[in-house]
Amino acid sequence: MGPHHPSTHGVFRMMVTLDGETVVKLKPVFGYLHRNHEKIGENTTYLASMPYTDRLDYFCSMTNNWAYALAVEQLAGLPVPERAEYLRVILAELTRLLNHTCLAGFLLQDTGASGTPLMYAFREREKILDLFESLSGSRMMCNYQRFGGCRIDATPEWLAAARQLVNGYNAFLDEYEELITGNEILMARTQNVGVLSPALAVNAGITGPMLRASGVDYDLRKVDGYGYYPRFEFRIPLGDHGDTYDRYMVRMLEMRESIGILRQALDRIPEGPVMDPKAKIRGFKPKPGEHYGRIEGPKGEIGFYLISDGTANPYRYRVRPPSLINLTILEDLCLGHTLADAVIILGSIDIVLGEVDR
Amino acid sequence: MTMSDATRPAINAQTSAPLSGPTDADRDELRRHGILLTSIQELANWGRSNSVWPLQFGLACCAIEMIAASMARFDIARFGSEVFRPSPRQADLLIVSGTVTKKMAPQVIRLWNQMPEPKYCIAMGACAISGGPFKQGYNVLKGIDRFIPVDVYIPGCPPRPEALLNGLIELQKNIRGRHIAGPAPVEADSPTAPGEYPVPAFGERDLEPTSNPKLWQPPVIVRPDKP
Repeated sequence: MGPHHPSTHGVFRMMVTLDGETVVKLKPVFGYLHRNHEKIGENTTYLASMPYTDRLDYFCSMTNNWAYALAVEQLAGLPVPERAEYLRVILAELTRLLNHTCLAGFLLQDTGASGTPLMYAFREREKILDLFESLSGSRMMCNYQRFGGCRIDATPEWLAAARQLVNGYNAFLDEYEELITGNEILMARTQNVGVLSPALAVNAGITGPMLRASGVDYDLRKVDGYGYYPRFEFRIPLGDHGDTYDRYMVRMLEMRESIGILRQALDRIPEGPVMDPKAKIRGFKPKPGEHYGRIEGPKGEIGFYLISDGTANPYRYRVRPPSLINLTILEDLCLGHTLADAVIILGSIDIVLGEVDR
Repeated sequence: MTMSDATRPAINAQTSAPLSGPTDADRDELRRHGILLTSIQELANWGRSNSVWPLQFGLACCAIEMIAASMARFDIARFGSEVFRPSPRQADLLIVSGTVTKKMAPQVIRLWNQMPEPKYCIAMGACAISGGPFKQGYNVLKGIDRFIPVDVYIPGCPPRPEALLNGLIELQKNIRGRHIAGPAPVEADSPTAPGEYPVPAFGERDLEPTSNPKLWQPPVIVRPDKP
């Protein structure tokens, strides 16, 4: 199938051997969207790579920005003002809502519910994108985080609009879950399909909602406690069976937790600068050294590994993309299932090819 | 009101000048009497321009905005293009939405070749136009117009859904101006236009050939100091 099957999430080819309808062998072929991200990152300055991180996972530009900014800040030892940390949490959780909502829409599209669930999801996505646009100037490619803070401060009106969206989001989730979650067809299509055992998940380096759907309690927001996450109260939803339905359900529950984090953050966000006054924008040259900075993106652990040789460009710039590493177990999940199930399993892994191929 | 033979212009397929028919005022007058006057060409272009069915084909970031354009808020259905066809045999419009890498380029051109005439191409976003931000990369095709003819270019990274709708409206205007008989003003409509565009192969270092010279020539750099 592929490189462009209408249901694939981008240009991705699967070489599938079938016995009747059953998948007996599946080999993925990557690289149809290899855009030289890492090589370009090594040939440009640290700051100039920031817009490219938007285009890694083009649903979650804010968390990509944050992961990269965090890696550089930890490499160079830059402090971040309190208000900027709060803004980052708010934007990251909004991105999580955005990503999981779209994923639910696309997953339902893959099961054959063509149109309606995706339209509901995109209706909510537009509301979040309006917030991003009014803050950063761009709908998808926000390019918002900077080393040592954020680019633009949020106005009180923006925070009020964000609060309004967050307050209305539970109602959308209720509506959506009433339509979808208990749906017989969805249950029949997704339960016991693509079961991922916790052992395989850990051994394959799976992260994010996929890992947690298999019942492994591992969330970098709790484990690393980066940013100001230790200051917020939230729970980590875990799955029982590790099947496609659990992967869907974990994401729905995560969105509810995200709403809780957003409420707390919007209540507590302090006044102050959003940019460290001593941070150097132009001519930024960190001391020689290496660092791996990571955050919990909506799809899993997104990390940037940087080696600095003291010049304005990184010596090595490496991305740890959650999509690619979550995709490596695709064959294990699909074996023994039908071809139509392979499409759903691929949808539940939640890949974005910009990140897989980079 | 009928036109006598004396006033009817001679139909000559060799002239590309539009036939001098009734004026708009005449048509309005007739429409008031319940008579709709049209020509085969207008009818065909009206139908073609209002049912441009795109191929359901996304490459990268721009594809998400293309999906957004087909969703409720922007609603591409207002322009008759909501029917995204999964098969190139049923599609009229190829929206090249995103970065075309050298690995993907042969497949894009093969899809274009499989689409039936009349077919149109929109290059959506900076990457499809020129390689965009990834132009310096070794694996990125520097513009899809090196291999297939492009009707409308939509700049932006990614273009907003409104920009895609604007591009579609421009394409519709273009389609309405096309001739279905006589020497075609548009190269793609002429009988001598190639039915298939050559699909490049994977060479040792690059695509072979790196571009279609009939469609794209490297820009000539004119230096005033060296005539």
